[in-house]
Amino acid sequence: MVTAPLLDVNGLRVSFPGRGRRSRPVEVLHGVDLAVGAGEAHGLVGESGSGKTTIGRAVLGLVEAGGGTIRFGGRDVTRLAGRVGRALAREIQVVFQDPYSSLNPSLTVGDILSEPLVVQGAAPAAARERVRDLLDRVGLPADAAERLPREFSGGQRQRVAIARALAPEPRLIVCDEPVSALDLSTQARVLDLLRDVQRRTGVAYLFISHDLAVVRHMCHRVSVIHRGDIVETGPAGPVTSAPRHPYTRRLMLASPVADPAAQAERRAARRRLAEAERTGTV
Amino acid sequence: MTASTAPQDAVRRRSAARRLLRDPQAVITASVLLLIVVLGLLAPVLTSHDPNHASLDHIDAGAGTDGYPLGGDRSGRDIWARLLHSINTSTVSALIGASIALVIGVSAGLVGGYHDRLRSLTEWVFSLVMTFPGLLLLIVLMPLTGGDFRTTMAIFGVLLSPGVYRITRNQVLGVKNELFVDAARVSGLSDRRILVRHVLPAVRGPVIIATAFLCGSSIGVQSGLAFLGVGPATTPSFGAMISEGFHNLYLSPLQFVWPSLVLGALTSCLVLFGNALRDALEGSRRRPAGIPAPKAPAATGAAPAGLLAVEDLTIAYPTPSGELKEVVSGVSLVLEPGETLGLVGESGSGKTQTAFAVLGVLPSEAVVVRGSIRLDGRELLGLKESELRGLRGRAIAYVPQEPMSNLDPSFTVGAQLVEGVRAASGASRGEARRRVLALLERVGIPDPERAFRSRPHEISGGMAQRVLIAGAVACRPALLIADEPTTALDVTVQAEILDLLRDLREEMDMAVLLVTHDFGVVADVCDRVAVMRTGEIVETGTAEKIFGGAEHDYTRMLLDSILDENTVRGDAPVAADEPLGRTTTW
Amino acid sequence: MLLYVLRRLGTGLVLAVLVTLITFLLLAPSFDGIAGNRLGPAATPEAVRALKAELGFDRPLPVQYLDWLVHAARGDLGTSLFTGEPVAHTILQRFGVTMSIVVVALLVTVVISVALGVLAASRGGAVDRVAQGASLAGNLFPSLLLAIVLVYVLSVRGDLLPATGFTPLSADPLRWAGSITIPVIALVATGIAGLTAQVRGTMVDELRKDYVRTLRTRGLSARSVVLRHALRNAAGPALTVLSFEFISMLGGALVIESIFAIAGFGGYAFESSLQGDVPAIMGITLFAVLLVVTVNLAVDLVNGWLNPKARIF
Repeated sequence: MVTAPLLDVNGLRVSFPGRGRRSRPVEVLHGVDLAVGAGEAHGLVGESGSGKTTIGRAVLGLVEAGGGTIRFGGRDVTRLAGRVGRALAREIQVVFQDPYSSLNPSLTVGDILSEPLVVQGAAPAAARERVRDLLDRVGLPADAAERLPREFSGGQRQRVAIARALAPEPRLIVCDEPVSALDLSTQARVLDLLRDVQRRTGVAYLFISHDLAVVRHMCHRVSVIHRGDIVETGPAGPVTSAPRHPYTRRLMLASPVADPAAQAERRAARRRLAEAERTGTV
Repeated sequence: MTASTAPQDAVRRRSAARRLLRDPQAVITASVLLLIVVLGLLAPVLTSHDPNHASLDHIDAGAGTDGYPLGGDRSGRDIWARLLHSINTSTVSALIGASIALVIGVSAGLVGGYHDRLRSLTEWVFSLVMTFPGLLLLIVLMPLTGGDFRTTMAIFGVLLSPGVYRITRNQVLGVKNELFVDAARVSGLSDRRILVRHVLPAVRGPVIIATAFLCGSSIGVQSGLAFLGVGPATTPSFGAMISEGFHNLYLSPLQFVWPSLVLGALTSCLVLFGNALRDALEGSRRRPAGIPAPKAPAATGAAPAGLLAVEDLTIAYPTPSGELKEVVSGVSLVLEPGETLGLVGESGSGKTQTAFAVLGVLPSEAVVVRGSIRLDGRELLGLKESELRGLRGRAIAYVPQEPMSNLDPSFTVGAQLVEGVRAASGASRGEARRRVLALLERVGIPDPERAFRSRPHEISGGMAQRVLIAGAVACRPALLIADEPTTALDVTVQAEILDLLRDLREEMDMAVLLVTHDFGVVADVCDRVAVMRTGEIVETGTAEKIFGGAEHDYTRMLLDSILDENTVRGDAPVAADEPLGRTTTW
Repeated sequence: MLLYVLRRLGTGLVLAVLVTLITFLLLAPSFDGIAGNRLGPAATPEAVRALKAELGFDRPLPVQYLDWLVHAARGDLGTSLFTGEPVAHTILQRFGVTMSIVVVALLVTVVISVALGVLAASRGGAVDRVAQGASLAGNLFPSLLLAIVLVYVLSVRGDLLPATGFTPLSADPLRWAGSITIPVIALVATGIAGLTAQVRGTMVDELRKDYVRTLRTRGLSARSVVLRHALRNAAGPALTVLSFEFISMLGGALVIESIFAIAGFGGYAFESSLQGDVPAIMGITLFAVLLVVTVNLAVDLVNGWLNPKARIF
């Protein structure tokens, strides 16, 4: 492909004010490069504090970029506010990790879903029609529109969040750990839904996760982030199963396999790697 | 937006209103308040006397004397007329004080809470206002206000506004960082719209409640000032009437009683109504969890083998309608010495409740309906808290899920570990300290002395989990209950913690009951597995058997849901530059 | 730490200057009337003008305020326009009387509220309802009414306690205790509800926290978990409420002092502002602000000591 990627992040730096009045800002991203093509699911894997969520929030415009550029659809969107920022809003959407705090508990599902539509000037009747369509697309019954979020399970709430993200027909959805708060069986079904939606609409995902297995199932390409730096990028299969960077390898060997014999092997391999790292042979 | 939210908002408000109407406390106090206010409003109809008209014929007149239903005061003024007009003074005071406090407090709270940059300014202004000692200031400013109660109450309203500001600001800060506000921002909502639609509803309840108390304190302060004699004598007021009645107390006590009664009714009804409002708007109040262990039936029967034997354990919680809802139903499991049993299930399966029951730390509202929990043959259910205390730490110990919230933030790591060691073993302070330091070293903490002196917020999550493990194994328990001990940790840390647990188990010959939802963790450390679903154990077996050939459908479904190692996403990205046929316009 | 205290004291001083300046500017329009007050209704305009010149009221306002400020910085708050006594001296003397009531009331409030709040939160059920009801009862009526009723019952009818007056602690501890009993009860009754609700609320939250369960599983006694651990973590918000109650009790003491004819700080403020005694009013304002600043600083320091994570210094 010769065309420019849909999302192109270059040298992104983000700092947060330090704790206390006099402490200096802490830089959490030290110049991150990242590209997501149209229709692609791009995984972003890292541990807590690695800065993976911050990348997502910077792309969404929820945190300010201290340096570098974020280009979307060929246009520089690093510092956009007001009306233009709101126009951007229909192009980039989000699904958060916590299905409980990401839906306003006092609004009905119908109100939650129609909010982005009404903001963009949809007529109430058209919005209602669209809400029914969205609910259908994420596998929720039509009468869900009249109910409050608390009447739904975690997995169903995450479906509502996905429907909300789809409402303005975006070209990119930032998925920030969308399944890590869900039960195992629910998790698989929500991942199926996300894949299905992508196949049908061609929306691109920036898929943030700590779980290599989830990313392997979900993504075409993967970037691994460690302490604010991308250490490895490539096709999902090789990066998650035969990683080149030592950090990714540590990550892979630390993830337990659901099979006692295979896990015993992996544990042994992990100990060997740790031993080798300690003695400096790697 | 208005079209779709209005009916739904109305529904919610109606249900709060209905709760209020069903509450006798609210109905009675509201009726009394309404009655008093209406009496005041009808003053011109109910009396023909001017409240300040002094008639020499009616000085200290008794009740009922010609047209003076409650008699005259010591200046010969009609007490009934003064009472009615005093109500109006109180009502106006409440309205002025409360509305000024609300307007200033709520608007500043919304702005200061939502905009981080403006917050330091509003904080500063309101901490300044709060520094004025209220009543003192009102008195000091008397030369300026001339004592007029309306001006005074307006100033008092300003003095009350910091309280409203704080309530509003706290609510806004709480809501502002919720993900749904971020989502609204991503959807392109303007700040003003987010404030109105997502933030204001959260503020409404607490502010309505505060209003009742603002009215109460405005009335209290106004009458207090009038009692002191602030303001012109021509303003009829409960305070002034009480003051006169107080001086005339020996001569005719009723002159004191009447205004006191009405004022007392007014303020106490406001306080009680405010409390009823709080119950109605905030739903059921947070109930205390309490410390005592729940009552349990003492089971009988032959002691089964094994270190831990749980039999037919059934735990239930009362529902709002008063019935019991079972969360654990007839669970039986056996744990041999030195063995690791994985208790696996999804959220709500009852696995943690089972673990808490063994530890005897179920919340006090939990009811153990039936069953038996035996440790080394000794029945644990029905033991007194003091008897359980003798077992905890020594025979049974606990490693929790969330490392940070399980350490007391106010104590150093060392202090809380030493306290546990001393409680469980009775060791001297120095001996306990030596043991804790050795333990910290054993669980892999690089600088034990330093960790010992640290506060919980100064150490990492992985380190905190090591500290908690050290605390659990300090007295070499026979049984360790680990509730999702690695769920909150990164995978690299998880692997190390699991290694540590495995090593300690062998070293101390502990049995481990490992509660988890993660089959990877089970495969790593467990000898046997028990699978739970909605309060019941559906299948128990060795790890090899469960992973190799599970019998129950539910277990197989769970195992099938695991994202296996070898499947990679196969389909290529769909190049759809115009999703759903919509033309992209900027 | 020392730096933090100095900075807080610095901002406190700025605050004091600001508040006294505002007070001064608010009082300025009534200076004419004040001079008239002192001379009585028969005073000629010339006499009033002469007195204003004598008092310095005819100088430009900034000069008057700066003059006051410079003197105040040296500890000289001037003399009363009406009694001629040094303001600073009177304030200290009157303040001692008020404080001996307020401090005792505050201590009693703390003891009762903490006991009720902890009991309500850790026992629940009937104990909870009784404790909440008891704390609410005191809040139902203005302390003014409560004090009068107590005077009537205990002094007039029962003849158990003195109805009026104040005996200094140094003069006769027993009579001092008798003379402050009813004022203290009246103040405590109104203060308990708020503090108890706060202690109960935060204790309920604390006792539901994970660390409480974990400490119990190590074999700690319930008493130690509740009193040593949970209460310590719940103390922060309660202390903040306490500092507000201190301020409101200072206000409440004004009314109470008037009922009992006690010559306290509030009475002094009241007399001074009735008469328009500008130096006294200014001195009282300054003193009150400094007091509040000190109390707030003390609360924050204790909070930081109790909960190192919330330490702001």
